[in-house]
Amino acid sequence: MSKPSDLVQGTLDLLLLKIVALEPLHGWAIAQRLKQVSGDVLQVGEGSLYPALHKLEQEGWITAKWQVAETGRRAKFYTLSRAGRQALEREAANWERLSGAISRVVQLKEI
Amino acid sequence: MRMRLLRLLYTVPLRFRSLFRRDQVERDLEDEFRDHLERRIDAGIAQGMTPEDARYAALRSLGGVEQRKEECRDMRHVTAIEHGIQDFRFAVRQLLRYRGFACAAVVVLALGVAASVSIFGFVDAALIRPLPYEEPSRLFTVFGMRPDAAASQKRGGTSYLDFLDWRERGARAFQSLAAYDVRSGFTLVTTERPERVSGLRVSSGFFDTLGVRPLLGREFRPDDESPSAPPTVMLSYTAWQTRFNGSPDVLGRTVTLQSPWLSSGEPHVVIGVLPPNFHFTMAARAEFWATIRGVQGCWGARACRSLEVVGRLADGASVQAASANMTAIIEQLKREYPADHRNSETAKLVSLSDVMLGDVRPVLLMLLSGAGLLLVIACINVVSLLLARTDSRMREIAVRNSLGASWGRLALQFATEAVVLTAVATVLGLTMASLGIRFLTGLLNADMISRMPYLQGIGLNIRLVVFACAVSASTALVFGLTPLFRLSISNMRAGLNEGGRGSAGRSWRRIGAHLVVAELAVAVLLLVSAGLLGKSLHQLLHVDTGINMQDLAAVSVTPVSAGTVSPGADGEPRGALAQRVAERIRALPGVESVGYADLLPLGPGLAPSSTFWIVGHADDQQLKEHWPVRRVSAGYFSALLATLVRGRYFTEEEVAALRPVMIINETAARRYFPGDDPIGRSIAFGSASAPAREIVGIVVDIKDGPPETPAHPSAYIPFDGAGFNLVIRTRQAEQTVFPSIVAAIHEIRPDALIGRLSTMTERMNRLPSASLNRSSTWLVGDFAGMALILSIVGLYGVVAYSVSQRAREIGIRMALGAQHRSVYRLVLGETVWLVAVGTALGTIGAVIAATLMRRLLFDVRPWNPPTLVAAAFVLTTSALLASYVPARRAAAVNPIEVLRAE
Repeated sequence: MSKPSDLVQGTLDLLLLKIVALEPLHGWAIAQRLKQVSGDVLQVGEGSLYPALHKLEQEGWITAKWQVAETGRRAKFYTLSRAGRQALEREAANWERLSGAISRVVQLKEI
Repeated sequence: MRMRLLRLLYTVPLRFRSLFRRDQVERDLEDEFRDHLERRIDAGIAQGMTPEDARYAALRSLGGVEQRKEECRDMRHVTAIEHGIQDFRFAVRQLLRYRGFACAAVVVLALGVAASVSIFGFVDAALIRPLPYEEPSRLFTVFGMRPDAAASQKRGGTSYLDFLDWRERGARAFQSLAAYDVRSGFTLVTTERPERVSGLRVSSGFFDTLGVRPLLGREFRPDDESPSAPPTVMLSYTAWQTRFNGSPDVLGRTVTLQSPWLSSGEPHVVIGVLPPNFHFTMAARAEFWATIRGVQGCWGARACRSLEVVGRLADGASVQAASANMTAIIEQLKREYPADHRNSETAKLVSLSDVMLGDVRPVLLMLLSGAGLLLVIACINVVSLLLARTDSRMREIAVRNSLGASWGRLALQFATEAVVLTAVATVLGLTMASLGIRFLTGLLNADMISRMPYLQGIGLNIRLVVFACAVSASTALVFGLTPLFRLSISNMRAGLNEGGRGSAGRSWRRIGAHLVVAELAVAVLLLVSAGLLGKSLHQLLHVDTGINMQDLAAVSVTPVSAGTVSPGADGEPRGALAQRVAERIRALPGVESVGYADLLPLGPGLAPSSTFWIVGHADDQQLKEHWPVRRVSAGYFSALLATLVRGRYFTEEEVAALRPVMIINETAARRYFPGDDPIGRSIAFGSASAPAREIVGIVVDIKDGPPETPAHPSAYIPFDGAGFNLVIRTRQAEQTVFPSIVAAIHEIRPDALIGRLSTMTERMNRLPSASLNRSSTWLVGDFAGMALILSIVGLYGVVAYSVSQRAREIGIRMALGAQHRSVYRLVLGETVWLVAVGTALGTIGAVIAATLMRRLLFDVRPWNPPTLVAAAFVLTTSALLASYVPARRAAAVNPIEVLRAE
């Protein structure tokens, strides 16, 4: 299991919030979705997924509910809360600012 | 801000759920992971893996389900609380499971806590709780001290006239000055039966100086001191409650009181009642407080120093400035009245709390140290128990560590166990302490308690509980760290090896041995201290008093007639009643001889003193000192069996006619008539012009005051008082004659007030120094006993453990031909070695301790080889007895079995 770079690790919260914001999902689906959308670039270990989810839940940013999933099995679905939406907006804005700044630095031309 | 509130809406219920619906939360966690694994396995199978491979792959992808779960749990932010609860449950379970260990530790620790808290109760009552006065730190006793007086002198007399001048002139240094007469006590004269009551005569403004407001009425005003004013009295709260049923209309009622030196009682008007918490150590149980009245008798003479002065320092005045100020006034008075002030004196100020508590402070601090040492031993014992138990738990700890318990987690676990252990011990210790304090106050006799009024209301209070909690918190810290210390010195992994032996056992043996040496050293220290105190008590009780105390009884008699106490009814001359009573008692069967005096030997202090003038000596040869003067009968010294050094005792005729004769003691003869025969010389009391008395005899030094006071010049003159004290030498046990003595006195004076009949030995034992010495000896002896037991138990533990560790070695030795005797030698040799080191260290400590408590030891030097040898002997004997058991077990080792087990 190759580790994602530290930068990405720090933004795992943002990624999870964003994924859950689109639709309520259970852990397995979140892991699949993460892999799917980021291609092979962001490989979040399944091991670190659940602690991160539990952390977001305890922070009050996402809520969890047991529901019957598409296959008929019961699963724990995570939904973005109102507080989570505000947190997502803030984190996303931060990310925009940070990544913008970094790209500008990286694109500096040597004179 | 809004956002934070919004979040609380989600998070608070979650925290509650985590804490109180733990089972369900755990089940959810379990289900969530199971769901994930199942989906993963399904996905693996879909990719063509065998179900088994898919399962392993799934487990691997999570990298340890349990660890991930634990990480999730950590996210709940309640793990600390949760772990606390878990640890607490686990600790209780552990302690219940190892009941023997838990009981031993709790009892030992509770003993230590109880001992130190009980003693701290006394320290609190006497030294921490402030005196019930306003700003007690500004209160001082003031007296003139001769330059050659001992620096430790804390009290000194002043005459009433001097006091009046001090008060008038000392305004700059003192906000106020007040005085009390040391001649305490009254006879309460009633129509039914007169009664001796405790009380004090004080100057006006006495309570104001102390900052005590009367509960009812007012305090004394300056005009109450005038002899023409109607006499007034203030009541203590107790007197008000018991004698007047707490009636509010007590003010204005009259009580008839008579001071011992007056010839009749006077009706006193009650003008005030003192608050319940008020007490004054110098007159601890005083019920009646009257005023000094006018310029008469002793109060009219500047040479008669019957008062002690208390002053409240003026705002901003320093002690040095105040002493300088007062010294100037004393010198002024010396110039104005040279005949009455023959010594040059300087003012000495001693803080009132020091005067009141100075004597008990070192005793209490010593006892507190003793109790502290006992607590240390108790702690060491528990620590070694904990170490031994950690040893036996090594495997458990190693397993838990390898299963993922972090060091911090283990440490918290041990800390919880320690806290539970000490908490139980503290509760038990506090209960024992509250009983202990009651027991200890019972141990002090009533006289003793009455001299320590500050002990009233002693018992468990918040300060004691805080003290106990502080003590247990620190012991809990030590106990919590002990297992960690133990773990840090051994390799954690080694614990997993079955039957792991060697380094762990050996290092524990070494630590255990160190701890036992410390225990033994402390035990030796306490044993030696107890021995020295016991020796000091013995010396004190067997000091040469100058009299023979065997078969000697004493009793005070105060004559009363027609409702007032008078020197002699029917116009009898002064002293005649005493003579008649003495003659009657001498005729009783079983009575050998009788004498009487105004004061008894071994009293609380010396007699009232006077300056004196040796006739025939030039002015500049006169020694400027005070002499205590006692008034005695012709038969007084013969009844005491005091040795006559030279000359003769008084004749009956001299006493009856009050001839101007006197007897001095050996010290007086030696000091004032060196190389000269004092017999036939004359001495004038007060001033050179006063009538002179001829010295007719020299008697051996008699301890008139407490036995620990050094020999002091004394003078005796013929008895001329009203009330008197009889000394009666009996031919049989004193008590058997008591009833006939009382009957004989009543036969002559049916209304005479008879004090408590007691033997001289009883009086000696009741003396404050003897009581204090006895109680502290008893207590330190007790501490030493407990310390001995605890340290021997500790020693037994170490030796027994070492034998069990070396069973194999011993078995091999025996198989190779070692005799039983050499096995005994092996085990007992270890004991002897431990005891030797412990005793050596303890002896050093004991000598230091004895030097520190030198002031408490009477006629005993800190370096006292017999006591040291005795302590070492007691310790060695008990230690050898204790290690005999494991030695026997070692010798009984069966070599065959040991070798087979290899």
